Amino acid sequence: MTAAARSYPAPDPTPRVSALTWLSVFVRTLAIQGSWNYETLLGNGVGFALEPVLRQLPGGIHTDAFKSAMARESAYFNAHPYLASVAVGALARAELSGVPPERIERFRTAICGPLGSVGDRLVWAGWLPLSSLVALVAFGLGAQPLAVVLTFILMYNVGHFGLRIWGLYVGWTRGLAVASALGNPVLRNGPAYIARAAAAVAGIAIPLAAARVVGSDGLLLDGALASAALIAVGLVRVHGRVEGWKLVLVLIAVFALVSVIR
Amino acid sequence: MRELLPLSLLGGILGLDVVCFPQMMISRPLVGATVAGAFVGDTITGLLVGVTLELIALATLPFGASRYPEWGSAAVVGGAIAAALRTQAAGSITVGVLATLATAWVGGWTLVKLRQWNAWLAGRKRGALEAGARGAVVGLQLGGLTSDLLRAMALTALAYGLLFPVSNAAVHLWTFSQPLSRAVTVGAASAVAAAAAWTIFHSARGARWYFAGGLVIGLLILAFR
Repeated sequence: MTAAARSYPAPDPTPRVSALTWLSVFVRTLAIQGSWNYETLLGNGVGFALEPVLRQLPGGIHTDAFKSAMARESAYFNAHPYLASVAVGALARAELSGVPPERIERFRTAICGPLGSVGDRLVWAGWLPLSSLVALVAFGLGAQPLAVVLTFILMYNVGHFGLRIWGLYVGWTRGLAVASALGNPVLRNGPAYIARAAAAVAGIAIPLAAARVVGSDGLLLDGALASAALIAVGLVRVHGRVEGWKLVLVLIAVFALVSVIR
Repeated sequence: MRELLPLSLLGGILGLDVVCFPQMMISRPLVGATVAGAFVGDTITGLLVGVTLELIALATLPFGASRYPEWGSAAVVGGAIAAALRTQAAGSITVGVLATLATAWVGGWTLVKLRQWNAWLAGRKRGALEAGARGAVVGLQLGGLTSDLLRAMALTALAYGLLFPVSNAAVHLWTFSQPLSRAVTVGAASAVAAAAAWTIFHSARGARWYFAGGLVIGLLILAFR
């Protein structure tokens, strides 16, 4: 056993944390990217989120154990912001259980990649566009503004908050062995199912949404959709070299200029 | 311009949501532009701007450290401008979308600067952070959150203050019809959405057939209603 490990109490398999402390941790995880920067990324946010739990270390906030844990947990860390709650739960368990610091640091290093890639595929490239497209279908079918906005916010945040709460729970219950939870079928296969669903919904949403914005002029709508298809093919072919939103900015700016000066 | 202060507050809150807190995606243009439109008195115009922008925003996913447009504050600016200019309906949606895109571009740059600012703050406190000082960790986090809120508020106020008079002048000189203006704007946005759908989902097995199937359903709904 190393000197660093000997300075910590023996592991406690069932540390207790009050509901109020968990609430505080959860709210803080919502701000985990509050000081995101190019050096420590969301490291400081992890320390910030864990701080209410670390206060329960023996002796409280004025001890070396607390300060060492705060320093350790505020160092460089990178993950998807929602799935970072998995790490926060696991690290809370490890710190309160007196797991040796070097094991905690190894865990922090090892878990970054999986939490980043799984979260990016599941949320940013899956759930977010799917929620957005479902709301666009609602719009295209004639839903009122409040219904469209609520469709998006409610659908997206069921997944968002569900993932954060699950992450904290699974992290806390499994501790540093939480990596196995990332093999959960939802995380492993979910992105592919969501991608297929989103692809289908995209096919429905785009013409319906465009039709409602354009209005009753069928000829203009046909022209808009045909032009959109041609430009989309071009954008796909030059993928990575032209950003679509910048191209739209230029196209619309030119259109506006012509409309104003002609 | 009485609406400038409340709009900048709204832009601040939505801008904060993009990265810092709470990332509920109330910063998406669909939400931001609609709420801003409602705020100025025309929810439907805000929604039309929001939907058009949402199609474009499908292509810009907030992956990690990548630079992307800041839609939260920008959507407030564009939605509010379009709604405020609703009496000049021909160009209002186009001008609102344009104002949002320009603001989002600058907003993306301000996010990069904010991250550099946070790194500078962290560098100044490095000693205290390495010593595990609770005050330094909490202070850095709250400092970052406050800086982001102020960034987004300032961006919203500045963009609205600068772009509203320009947009107002533009819609009064607008010569294209409303249907044509909307068709060109949403057509361009739809192109980005379709390309984004392909780019994001094509790696999933069979996704192209799901997209084609969806497209058939969408077009059939249009044809039969």
